[in-house]
Amino acid sequence: MTNIGIIGWMKANLFNGWFNSALTLLVAYLLWLSVPPLVDWALVNSSWLPSGEQCTAGEGACWSVVTANIRFILFGFYPHDLQWRPLLAVVILIALLFYSQNRNHWRKSLFYAWMVGLFTMGLLLKGGLFGFASVESNLWGGLPLTLLLSVFGLTAAYPVGVILALGRQSEMPIIKSFCVVYIELIRGVPLISLLFMSSVVFPLFLPEGLVINKILRAQVAIILFTAAYIAEVVRGGLQGVNKGQYEAADSLGLNYLQTMRLIILPQALKIVIPPSVSILISAFKDTSLVVIIALYDLLKTTQTTLSDPKWMGYSAEAYIFVALIYFVCCFFMSNYSRRLERELDTGL
Amino acid sequence: MRELKRVVPAVVAAFCLSAGVAMAGTLDDVKAKGFIQAGVNGELFGFGKPDEKGVWRGLDVDTARAVSAAVFGDADKVKYTPLTAKTRFTALQSGEVDVLTRNATQTLSRDTDLGLDFVQVNYYDGQGFLVPKKLGVKSAKELDGATVCVLPGTTTEQNVADYFRVNKMKMKPVVIESNAELAKAFFAGRCDSLTSDASQLAGIRAVAPAPADYIILPEIISKEPLAPAVRHGDNQWKDIVNYAVLAMIEAEELGITSKNIDEMMTSTDPRVQRFLGLTPGNGKALGLDEKWAYNIVKQVGNYGEVFERNVGVNTTLMIERGLNALWTNGGLMYSPPFK
Repeated sequence: MTNIGIIGWMKANLFNGWFNSALTLLVAYLLWLSVPPLVDWALVNSSWLPSGEQCTAGEGACWSVVTANIRFILFGFYPHDLQWRPLLAVVILIALLFYSQNRNHWRKSLFYAWMVGLFTMGLLLKGGLFGFASVESNLWGGLPLTLLLSVFGLTAAYPVGVILALGRQSEMPIIKSFCVVYIELIRGVPLISLLFMSSVVFPLFLPEGLVINKILRAQVAIILFTAAYIAEVVRGGLQGVNKGQYEAADSLGLNYLQTMRLIILPQALKIVIPPSVSILISAFKDTSLVVIIALYDLLKTTQTTLSDPKWMGYSAEAYIFVALIYFVCCFFMSNYSRRLERELDTGL
Repeated sequence: MRELKRVVPAVVAAFCLSAGVAMAGTLDDVKAKGFIQAGVNGELFGFGKPDEKGVWRGLDVDTARAVSAAVFGDADKVKYTPLTAKTRFTALQSGEVDVLTRNATQTLSRDTDLGLDFVQVNYYDGQGFLVPKKLGVKSAKELDGATVCVLPGTTTEQNVADYFRVNKMKMKPVVIESNAELAKAFFAGRCDSLTSDASQLAGIRAVAPAPADYIILPEIISKEPLAPAVRHGDNQWKDIVNYAVLAMIEAEELGITSKNIDEMMTSTDPRVQRFLGLTPGNGKALGLDEKWAYNIVKQVGNYGEVFERNVGVNTTLMIERGLNALWTNGGLMYSPPFK
């Protein structure tokens, strides 16, 4: 018997003892049962043409539901001829995110790149300047809306959450009680009710004629909500930092701001990377709740497509497509968080 | 606690006040903002749903466009708010939408308790059953003990329960939130029968893996007059929405279509002349331009055109005119004289 090569590897990892051998065989059998039909369904027998004529006859998946409606699913009500604009905006956003993941790129120039990028995205989506036709924000939908709400929601919520966490640790009674009340109040209600408040109740309190953009209101609700959860996670990190670190900072004569910025927060935030990413991922998925205030995010545009009798029977395919998009985004986030953890690991 | 007692009435008063402000003259509000905010279904093919280019289509959408044509002379000055069965009436009450064209069944309690006014019915519907052929059922009366797939929060759910109770039959409802999932569950065999408005059944059957294996039972168990609604108490706005719907019906009766309307301008028939505003009076009475009805028919079409375009026999829904034919053809569509 050889102990090297493929057979050796299989022997060591798959057939190591009778129990593991049995498990291996069982798993292999289950895979054999499930994978070939899945491949048949999803790839071999599937139809892809937008007309969708083979769908009724074919046995396989009908990806036509996605290809025929891809523009509505991705961009919602955005005017058909102008859809290159949100497409470009999304590409810019993704490119910036990709470039920013490397910590070596975190320089001042990156900050300017983001400023220019954000301005361009705003210009592309909204228009109304430099000869771009103006597009009202109630026509924004689909993927750009989902990304907009989540990327800005999460980026804005994080610093707010850190500040709230620090406030909750503070010894000043007013700040402390404000932060505690805020956090507990927000965590005590579901996101849906906050969205409803922002879209239905809040406008009633505004003076006549003052209308605040609906997307902005939803965005603020998401930020407020996520910030409260981030705050509690960060508080856990603050409490996890050894008391000696605070005392060491004191004895060095650092003031509060310096202590936090140089000593405590870098350690605390590092500890809480895994739980904060969990929150960010769930907040990203929660953005699909904006359907209840009639914003057409990615999931809603897909559902709308499925209400056409022509496509009604193919919801599995459409949902798989949307699930893939969500999966790619979430996987990217969790992957990145693991990488950050590794890079920041100082062995303490 | 005492604080609370003082604050709550103040907040309530603020609510009522702002609602009151919004209610003062919808026509003026609408003209001032330059568009009509219409509450629509958003997911109902043939009635209110965006197409693959994101353009709103449907019978209810065309009704809202008719109101816009009457008010602005331009059918496209409408913004659409998709509403669920649960949020639709609140949205109208709170002033979020100016008119509700969302396949809502007119009922006594909705007309009174909810502070709404329904106008002319734009679609007469009724509830029916879809069953697989192999169930061997020929009439809804044989459905005793059946599991029935039904949408929640609608009159449909209540009707089917009533029907089974009246006929002393038992049923097990399977409640599913969206039409697409409902159809899927039914075709997967999760229930013996699917009940929905008759306008939906043909469309649902068309998506079956094998449509010929399913039949629509002959019984129609309810009356579902689907009508646009406006807030109670604004009579001028109600008149406008009401007569916008009626104008489409009257145009069909007078034989005026979007294609022949410019030839009809030379008609000597006094009814046509009054309708098209050549003999003035109707527009002034409603507070609109004299060409309001002309604009509706020219830009949106008469009722027959709208019906055929959205739900008629050449669409996926394949619905016959039936009750929705003109009264002269044995239907219920009847308009008072335009004079």
